[in-house]
Amino acid sequence: MEKLLNWVDARFPLTASYKAHLSEYYAPKNFNFWYFFGSLALLVLVLQIVTGIFLTMHYKPDAELAFASVEYIMRDVDWGWLIRYMHSTGASAFFVVVYLHMFRGLLYGSYRQPRELLWIFGVIIYLVLMGEAFFGYLLPWGQMSFWGAQVIVNLFAAVPFIGPDLSEWIRGDYVVSDATLNRFFAFHVIAFPLVLVGLVVAHLVALHEVGSNNPDGVEIKKLKDADGHPLDGIPFHPYYTVKDILGVVVFLIVFTAIVFFAPEMGGYFLEANNFIPADPFKTPEHIAPVWYFTPYYAILRAVPPMFGSQFPGVAAMGVAVLIFFLLPWLDRAPVKSIRYRGPRFKIALTLFVIAFVGLGVLGILPATTLYTWIARGLSVIYFAFFFLMPWYTKTDSYKPVPERVTNK
Amino acid sequence: MKKILSLLLAVPLAAMASGTPHLDKAPVNVKDHESLQRGAAVFVNYCLNCHSANYMRYNRMQDIGLSEQQIKDNLLFAAEKPGETMTVAMRPQEAKEWFGATPPDLTVISRSRGPDWLYTYLRSFYRDDSRPTGWNNLVFDKVGMPHVLQELQGHLAPVMKQVKGEGGQVHAVVDHLQLVRPGKITQAEYDALVGDLVNYLTWMGEPAQTLRKNVGLAVLLFLGFFYVVAYYLKREFWKDVH
Repeated sequence: MEKLLNWVDARFPLTASYKAHLSEYYAPKNFNFWYFFGSLALLVLVLQIVTGIFLTMHYKPDAELAFASVEYIMRDVDWGWLIRYMHSTGASAFFVVVYLHMFRGLLYGSYRQPRELLWIFGVIIYLVLMGEAFFGYLLPWGQMSFWGAQVIVNLFAAVPFIGPDLSEWIRGDYVVSDATLNRFFAFHVIAFPLVLVGLVVAHLVALHEVGSNNPDGVEIKKLKDADGHPLDGIPFHPYYTVKDILGVVVFLIVFTAIVFFAPEMGGYFLEANNFIPADPFKTPEHIAPVWYFTPYYAILRAVPPMFGSQFPGVAAMGVAVLIFFLLPWLDRAPVKSIRYRGPRFKIALTLFVIAFVGLGVLGILPATTLYTWIARGLSVIYFAFFFLMPWYTKTDSYKPVPERVTNK
Repeated sequence: MKKILSLLLAVPLAAMASGTPHLDKAPVNVKDHESLQRGAAVFVNYCLNCHSANYMRYNRMQDIGLSEQQIKDNLLFAAEKPGETMTVAMRPQEAKEWFGATPPDLTVISRSRGPDWLYTYLRSFYRDDSRPTGWNNLVFDKVGMPHVLQELQGHLAPVMKQVKGEGGQVHAVVDHLQLVRPGKITQAEYDALVGDLVNYLTWMGEPAQTLRKNVGLAVLLFLGFFYVVAYYLKREFWKDVH
């Protein structure tokens, strides 16, 4: 066995990689609850790829056959219903986990120097994930699939000058049609997953290069023992592998409870209208995107059209997502973690969470006058969190950061 | 006179359709095989002439306690085989000419409409001479479907009441429905029959649902056990971390 390992190691850095990324990757020993969501995101990615492969074996990307092939999977494929529910629940679970993972970054300043590139890779992953989810949602070819795609692709038509051509180019037709379904299938099953996996690798390589942040925002590499290992670090394997197994089990308990007992999740994971086959001649009364897009959808609707163009709303929605890229440079605080920050940041972050969740709820509801005005207020808070950050982080009061991590 | 009446009727009913009508709770229990079998018989005899269930195979009804022979003898028309799906002979184009809209496929109708809506809808047809079929429905105004179960339920007619609108003008709306011509069975028997039918539709929407819940219970039990193992494993390893 050892001979074989030596043979491999002489040709491929197997032992070296194992050490670098697992047994001798030193992670801070004070990770808390919020640090489960990175490994959980990886788990969900693998779940989506594996279930996706099996779904692809039976799904037919054809406007005439798509809806029926999904029902075929639900009825005639052995355990097809399980694979499909795991995939549909997995899509929502992915966003839950990623949103919590990003929130962890906000709490403990994980985007700050030297982790800017790690954060940027993460934001790109988030963008690609949105595209992946959007393309995938068209595939069941139900009413919500069809009209949701129609609404989103039409957003691109609001871009000045090139808009109409752009949206037509995306659809491959004048309306969402068989051509659109085919290309969305291609994007969903190969193009975007490939990019996603590549980005996740880059995200992990960057993480292991700079080392993990922690709830105290202390750089553990500053203080090392005689062997050169961080004093506050412990090897990822076995300590965090066994801890993450615990996190995985708790996650799976929630995940499988939904898969087996509430796969529709009250219409939020699988919408009632999506059990009606796509009908280009019948617009549903109320079109709402799936819950994970609703904060941005609410921002889109909150911005009134200007000069007869919907573009300002579309632009605001785009900025709302892309602004995350600038976070490492907007934050001027001398500390990373919220534990040593002052009241201004804490209030700002609280308001931001209220705005994000509030916009998410409003994006599901029909846009009445009152709701639109609330959405406008929350949109202002959403953007203020970012645009005012240089000011309120500069003027905030701070507590001294300890030398070593604390065990709270 | 009739025209004026129908006009009077049409306006408030259109107004009503915008509000959400009250829905009665459907007596759904997909583990009650006898109810599902009765519902299947109603479905095949009354619905399956115009509505298809294109994704549902006849022999799937073995899951609700019927043998293949029973399905063949009682639920199949001569030319069909048990492995086939529940299709209809009527062409969509013809259906559109006759009813104004193609009758929707009913395989997953319980998942888009919900059992309560179906249960209320099938009990809310009333006489309306302004409609081409002579029928209208409280929860689906100007529906193209006639009251297929009228020989069983009998005829209901609307009893109107005067309501003040937002502008202060008084207009008539349907207060409730009243039996004007009895059918073959009593109203209570009819409610039970529709209950069975909706139960069947709910089961047909997802035939794997009983299996799903049973498997789910086993999976959760396993994960609960695995949690204890994972908890002690973590505690053992972390003893030396301070």
